[in-house]
Amino acid sequence: MDVELLARIQFAVTIAFHYIYPPLSIGLGLCLLIMESMWLATKKERYREMTQFWVKIFGLIFAIGVVTGIVMEFEFGTNWAAYSRYVGDVFGSALAAEGIFAFFLESGFLAILLFGWNKVGPKMHWFSTLMVCLGSHFSAVWIVIANSWQQTPAGYHIVETPYGPRAEITDFWAMVFNPSSIDRLTHTIIGCWIAGAFLLISVGAYYLLKKREEAFAKTTLKIGLSVGLVACLLQGLSGSISAEGVAENQPTKLAAMEGHYAENAPADMYLFGWVDESQQEVHGIKVKGMLSWLIYRDTEAPVVGLNAFPEEDHPPVNLTFQFYHIMIAIGGVLIAISLVGCIGWWRGWVFTYRPFLWVLVFAVLLPQLGNQFGWFTAEVGRQPWVVWGLMRTSEGLSEVVTAQHVVTSLILFTIIYALLFALFIFLLNHKIKVGPGKHDEMDEGYGHKARSLVDQIPNTEN
Amino acid sequence: MDLNIIWFILVGVLFTGYAILDGFDFGVGALHLFHKKDEHRRISLNAIGPVWDGNEVWLVTGGGALFAAFPRVYASVFSGFYLAFILLLFSLIFRAIAIDFRSKMPMKWWRNLWDICFSVGSILSPFLIGVAMGNIVRGIPLDETGNYAGGLLPLLNPYAILLGITAVALFMMHGAIYLHMKTEGEMQQNVRRWITPCIIFFAVCYLVFTVATLTYVPHVKESLQGHPIFLVLVALTTLVIANIPREISKGRDGRAFICSVLSMALLMTLFALEMFPYMVYSSPDIKNSLDAYNAASSQKTLKIMLTIALIGMPLVIAYTVSIYWIFRGKVKLESTSY
Repeated sequence: MDVELLARIQFAVTIAFHYIYPPLSIGLGLCLLIMESMWLATKKERYREMTQFWVKIFGLIFAIGVVTGIVMEFEFGTNWAAYSRYVGDVFGSALAAEGIFAFFLESGFLAILLFGWNKVGPKMHWFSTLMVCLGSHFSAVWIVIANSWQQTPAGYHIVETPYGPRAEITDFWAMVFNPSSIDRLTHTIIGCWIAGAFLLISVGAYYLLKKREEAFAKTTLKIGLSVGLVACLLQGLSGSISAEGVAENQPTKLAAMEGHYAENAPADMYLFGWVDESQQEVHGIKVKGMLSWLIYRDTEAPVVGLNAFPEEDHPPVNLTFQFYHIMIAIGGVLIAISLVGCIGWWRGWVFTYRPFLWVLVFAVLLPQLGNQFGWFTAEVGRQPWVVWGLMRTSEGLSEVVTAQHVVTSLILFTIIYALLFALFIFLLNHKIKVGPGKHDEMDEGYGHKARSLVDQIPNTEN
Repeated sequence: MDLNIIWFILVGVLFTGYAILDGFDFGVGALHLFHKKDEHRRISLNAIGPVWDGNEVWLVTGGGALFAAFPRVYASVFSGFYLAFILLLFSLIFRAIAIDFRSKMPMKWWRNLWDICFSVGSILSPFLIGVAMGNIVRGIPLDETGNYAGGLLPLLNPYAILLGITAVALFMMHGAIYLHMKTEGEMQQNVRRWITPCIIFFAVCYLVFTVATLTYVPHVKESLQGHPIFLVLVALTTLVIANIPREISKGRDGRAFICSVLSMALLMTLFALEMFPYMVYSSPDIKNSLDAYNAASSQKTLKIMLTIALIGMPLVIAYTVSIYWIFRGKVKLESTSY
């Protein structure tokens, strides 16, 4: 295999694995803020217990997010040195801003969140939760700005230097608010909220099925369903606005998403299908003129297709098509689940109807898959460019890194990340099995103050 | 002073912050296996528990600042030292998850396993960083683009390895002093016995390293001879380190730790002065070296970044100080501890 493909696979593996965790921290951060605010407002112990339980899970998720994130910070340099030299002037500032404005905030206040229960008062603890929640959102802001600049570069000019051409900033705010920043940021953050909400839903449903922690489970489920429903509905709206932006800024990506080849004709939208790239045909079930309608509110409006562009500028069409359609399908299912869940809550059957509770337990996987496939659509659809219209992915590689190097690191990353994932699931499962308000055996004898508070709460398990 | 010099200093400040803060985390980790009791190992972990994560952010931000201000250095160093750098990333990963996972399960084998990962990760990471710094000072062959294509083995030359070991020794000294400040009773007695050997280990390494620099790295020797201020810095560093045992014996742990912090800041200043204006020295072809001018981003970007730093750094210092203030004093194990 050639080094370009290997480097791309390595980037895909490391970023996809990393991206399991930040959406959970962002979504869970918001849910933690809701729970702790409820504790402050009502002073009911069960909200505090609930917050403490979720803070522990948050800590576990955050730790793996951090270590896999450091890899990302340096992978531009290790594998994409030519890219780094070309864009450092623009792209680097967003990464540095992420460190200064987001990571310090997040990791500093996380210490209070995790270890500060007996060191600070409830209001300061709540404030720390707010800061962690904000910090995690800020990190999304800066990294999505950086990535959006790759999709729709703005606020730069190309300068010849003695060491070759490179992009330099001309207008910082135009770079920050490049044409796709806001759309993509909104879509990403709502995706994160959904991921967090469905983790709550899943754990709540699991306890209800096991007939334990009933009060905790019901409240968790209610918070999860509320955040989940609002976020899923907003995501539908955000998705359709994003598609309009893609149509305007990245027409080849939009055309690939629906397998639309004809140079300038009304475009259909597929429920599912298969793109025959050699015949330039899509086999599947479609809604005629729907893509035209979504973008121009007119089923007859022509949409620019792939054939309007030279073939060397086409992304992989069927791959983009499939990723996009899987994302859309998952989005639809998530809207349905959260709607049905909320109706069940209103009618009262959702806490006892076991088949649906099982659906909720496993629904935690859907936002994860949706987020992943959404990013695959965005990144594969951007090909063959690493910076849209400026630099091809093949031109961005490190000149001195050989295929052998990348094979070595790729194998190691795969093994270590598989191990890390297994450990994560094992520990997460353990924490959930132990449950809220309990302490693992290793805590015996330590932390008298915290224990005595917890011991006052009646044990709901018996 | 122009923007390039300011950014040379700011990147230096970020990496110095990293060395001082994550440095004691590494040191605590390097000494971790010397604790025999499980309770002591937990205290050792919890001494850095609330802060190691924030300390590591200095590395991430330093990396981001390097990328933004000196993209050619970022690109050349990380692609050039590819396998060594991947190894560093794995070593940082294992150290971090070891801290987080270790006390989550009660089994002895589980805890021993993560104790070993924590310690190995804490020794290997500063060692590799030291090796990289050694090569950057000594000089590596760069081509006209600034690419290094020499592979992994030439990086493991005796001079670079010596700086790697010196870095580990420095962090062990720093970590022992930090741990002494955060512990009490029997455990503190144990830690106290380690401090002097750590200082001696570091002093010997540093002496050998200095002799090696003066003998084998002529361009550093030249820049040292040109600036008598170096002698002042070396004398100050020696005094500050010599003062550590005195403060410890008088029971002034906080002051001892401040001395250790100061010595690290002085050593990093010395390192930066030896390097300036170079950031990666090219040998034999000096004209291909990357320096604070030819490797930098545009003036406009450096200016924008300076604004970001001027807004961000006071905030960062405020959080860092508050967190250390809230978690001041001796470590007590609680239900939320690692």
